Amino acid sequence: MAASEYDVVVVGGGLVGAATAWGLAREGCRVALLDEGDRAVRASRGNFALVWVQSKGLGLAAYAGWTIRSSEAWAGFAGLLKDETGLDVCFQRPGGFHLALSEKELEARANVLKRLHNQPGIVDYKTEILDHSQVAKMLPDIGPEVVGASYCSLDGHVNSLRLFRTLHQAIHARGVAYLPSHRVDDIRREGGTFRLFTPQGEVRAGRVALAAGNANMRLAPMVGLEAPMKPERGQIVVTERLRPFLNYPVVTLRQTDEGTVMIGDSKEEGTDPARLTLGVAATEAERAVRQFPLLANVNVVRTWSAIRVMTGDGFPIYDESETHPGAFVLCCHSGVTLAANHALTVAPMIARGALDKSLVAPFSARRFHVQEAA
Amino acid sequence: MFKRLHDTPTVTIKVNGQTVRARSGDTVAAALLAAGIDHCRTTPVTGAPRAPYCLMGVCFDCLVTIDGIGNRQGCLVPVREGMEVATQVGKREAGR
Repeated sequence: MAASEYDVVVVGGGLVGAATAWGLAREGCRVALLDEGDRAVRASRGNFALVWVQSKGLGLAAYAGWTIRSSEAWAGFAGLLKDETGLDVCFQRPGGFHLALSEKELEARANVLKRLHNQPGIVDYKTEILDHSQVAKMLPDIGPEVVGASYCSLDGHVNSLRLFRTLHQAIHARGVAYLPSHRVDDIRREGGTFRLFTPQGEVRAGRVALAAGNANMRLAPMVGLEAPMKPERGQIVVTERLRPFLNYPVVTLRQTDEGTVMIGDSKEEGTDPARLTLGVAATEAERAVRQFPLLANVNVVRTWSAIRVMTGDGFPIYDESETHPGAFVLCCHSGVTLAANHALTVAPMIARGALDKSLVAPFSARRFHVQEAA
Repeated sequence: MFKRLHDTPTVTIKVNGQTVRARSGDTVAAALLAAGIDHCRTTPVTGAPRAPYCLMGVCFDCLVTIDGIGNRQGCLVPVREGMEVATQVGKREAGR
């Protein structure tokens, strides 16, 4: 058999795959990045672009620590990308808000945070509950219906389309072989080499990292792994460009560096990205106007729906195969938030050939098997 | 640049506080052009000046503030007596 052309082949050219490929290239690996074509269902083109900490980790305390690790690494990550590409992904971390439109919503919010912080092993990330007047000092344009909010100083946001482009430019500059229209039909491991079969031919590598979003569900079993996924649709409403008025991202609403306001936090079951539900977009817009009444006569210029990458329990999956040594799987909802971890922490593990259990053991898909986890 | 053929202007509007005479049936964009106003806004990103271009609702280059509401397409709004039009600088301000 011919020797492998690549040390690692990464499957999936979205944010998770591109961040991982970049991290691997930084470690000196010869990397191929296999991607689908322009019509791929791609969360990286439809996401909301938060780098978000608050609320993460209820039900799996380690996820809070993992998220904070990425949040803390993000500024350095953005700086490295800028040094290599000259592009600014506009990362900002002023802290973020989750607004409540009734006392009941605020109480529910406080309860979630209390339960989250009461978990054993949790890293306290100091999310505060603020009343209307405290919120108004930081967000002067809130409406009278906003009774309060939770605020976390670790939250931030980024221009995620520019992040996507920047990562691709960075991997190109580092010599990663980007291979579009290489949808993987089958993967076999023979004599220590992975053979990946695509309509464009075969690609061989010593290791394989699956970072194909919801498609990991199909790919993981080919290398003795599993990735139970539960995709859901989200819809986003985008306004015309406005002068800056919102200095902090809100979990449902943020003003981009370019001035547009993005609104949206809907969740629907479904995997058809072409479908928009007017009622959902209207509800999002209505809540946005109650939060910020000055948006009432602002023009909406776009709406879109996208499919969230979501694991069975919402927490990331990082795993390595026992039956196919050298095969790894990475799945997560938060490809933006966790991009710094994927590039700077997970990619070096894959380059070394083994996951660091002290950091990622809680994210093994074995947790889905109650008997084994117990 | 433009001059009217024979219609007599009958409607009065204000553009940036100045009185402009227009013909009933003119769009705001047509009235601005007829009055010799050579740009109606600057762009949100580079600040480049823009004037009405396609005059049929497609190009969004004729955006102006009309009666206090920003980013309205001047080519799709007919003039009305007493209308207040303002040219725009950069991004619209939320709330107006």
